[in-house]
Amino acid sequence: MTENKIEIRGLHKAFGKKKVLDGVDIDVKKGESLVVIGGSGTGKSVLIKCIQGILTPDSGSIKIDDVDITQISHKEAEQSYAKMGMLFQGAALFDSLKVWENVAFGLIENQKMPRREAKTEAIRVLRQVGLAPDVADLSPSELSGGMQKRVGLARAIATKPEIIFFDEPTTGLDPIMSDVINDLIIESVKGIGATALTITHDMASARKIADKIAMLYKGKIIWQGTVKEMDKTDNPYVKQFIKGSSQGPISVEV
Amino acid sequence: MEKFLRRLGKTGVTFICRLGELSLFIGRALYNCMTPPFYFKLLGRQFLDIGFYSLPVVALTTIFAGMVIALQTYSGFSSYGAESAVAAVVLISVTRELAPVFCGLMVAGRIGAAMAAEIGTMRVTEQIDALTTLSTNPFKYLVTPRILAGIIVLPLLVIVGDIIGIFGGYVVSIYQLDFNPANYINSTIDELQTIDIVTGLIKGAVFGFIISLMGCYNGYKSRGGAQGVGEATTNAVVTSSILILIFNYIITGMLFTK
Repeated sequence: MTENKIEIRGLHKAFGKKKVLDGVDIDVKKGESLVVIGGSGTGKSVLIKCIQGILTPDSGSIKIDDVDITQISHKEAEQSYAKMGMLFQGAALFDSLKVWENVAFGLIENQKMPRREAKTEAIRVLRQVGLAPDVADLSPSELSGGMQKRVGLARAIATKPEIIFFDEPTTGLDPIMSDVINDLIIESVKGIGATALTITHDMASARKIADKIAMLYKGKIIWQGTVKEMDKTDNPYVKQFIKGSSQGPISVEV
Repeated sequence: MEKFLRRLGKTGVTFICRLGELSLFIGRALYNCMTPPFYFKLLGRQFLDIGFYSLPVVALTTIFAGMVIALQTYSGFSSYGAESAVAAVVLISVTRELAPVFCGLMVAGRIGAAMAAEIGTMRVTEQIDALTTLSTNPFKYLVTPRILAGIIVLPLLVIVGDIIGIFGGYVVSIYQLDFNPANYINSTIDELQTIDIVTGLIKGAVFGFIISLMGCYNGYKSRGGAQGVGEATTNAVVTSSILILIFNYIITGMLFTK
């Protein structure tokens, strides 16, 4: 038993002729928070969709707790998927359900918790992410962007997953709200002892929530290390990215 | 010339791809209809949406269809002195053709569009992916209840349409054409055959399947924001309406040509 919660080797995924992932290797240790940075369209979203089984990779292995989920049937892999939670970029709340039903969705549908109990639990989790209980009976469309993100976070942590994915958690939020969400992410992830994998291009957010940072470029992980190492590195790609400069080895395809 | 052939080939390939995609979708939908878990609550909601809330439009369209058939038959047949055939013609045309087709088309416009728009929006806002991450099979949660409800509810709607359509014919015959009510009812009952009802039920089930399938398929495969959802909605209504008319002909052909 290794201590790697997620272990990815040689992951390839192409759409038609376009190679999106071209041999990705990543290790995430148990309880660690890995942030994958990279420009828009470098395949960050595809990476987490492959891990979650939403997309099927062309080749390579994805091991969750030493079980290679690409080698077993979807049904068997469901056990692994049940350990995961995710906060989507646009929160992706179910707009046909109330806020508390969104948060309690996993509890009611999969853990078969009675509705009344699930509601109490949902309100508890909502409070944990800083939302008042009276939000519970609203519909998601009545909430602001920041509140929707909080509800999305509550939904992701309500089932106490062992692995949580964050897809650009701070995109579309003002800097202060971003920081609030970052704090909540750190708190909630540490709170349930989960392993976190975040994809973002917001460097302030990455610095704050990362134990380790990996940079994805042209379908490969070209650099990884801690935040401190990132500031000292002389890797030109990483340097350009954290400085946010248009000059450097990374050419922007227009 | 080469350009033309190329375009032709591309269209052909796209068409075959679509056909394959649709077949896989149907297979997956049918498989998921038969395996647990079942979401009875969602199924119930679809019964309400597709069935109960469609009653007004179905009633309105079929009653006028029955009325107009009575009028038209009378004006055509009276010159041959065959007015007594009005009841039979209303019965046959409403139960075998008009009620199923009108139910199908109205529900396609009402429900097929709504399904495509709802599922399409869920697709583009990542709600379908969110279902997957919450360990819920989106097919079972979204597609299966709709398809089952379509197959079960449409035949019932057709029966309601049958009754209201015949009633429409009755009203026109009695109050406008001065038929004897008792005679009219008697000749309707005399002419009524099991096949009239069965045809409606079969057509209803097939149309219900087509409507739900097209709504779900187009919504599920929609791409690219609001425009994609709009396209999906249009496609759902247009394809299901065309398929309903084609299958209406095929089913009539199978049941009534010997």
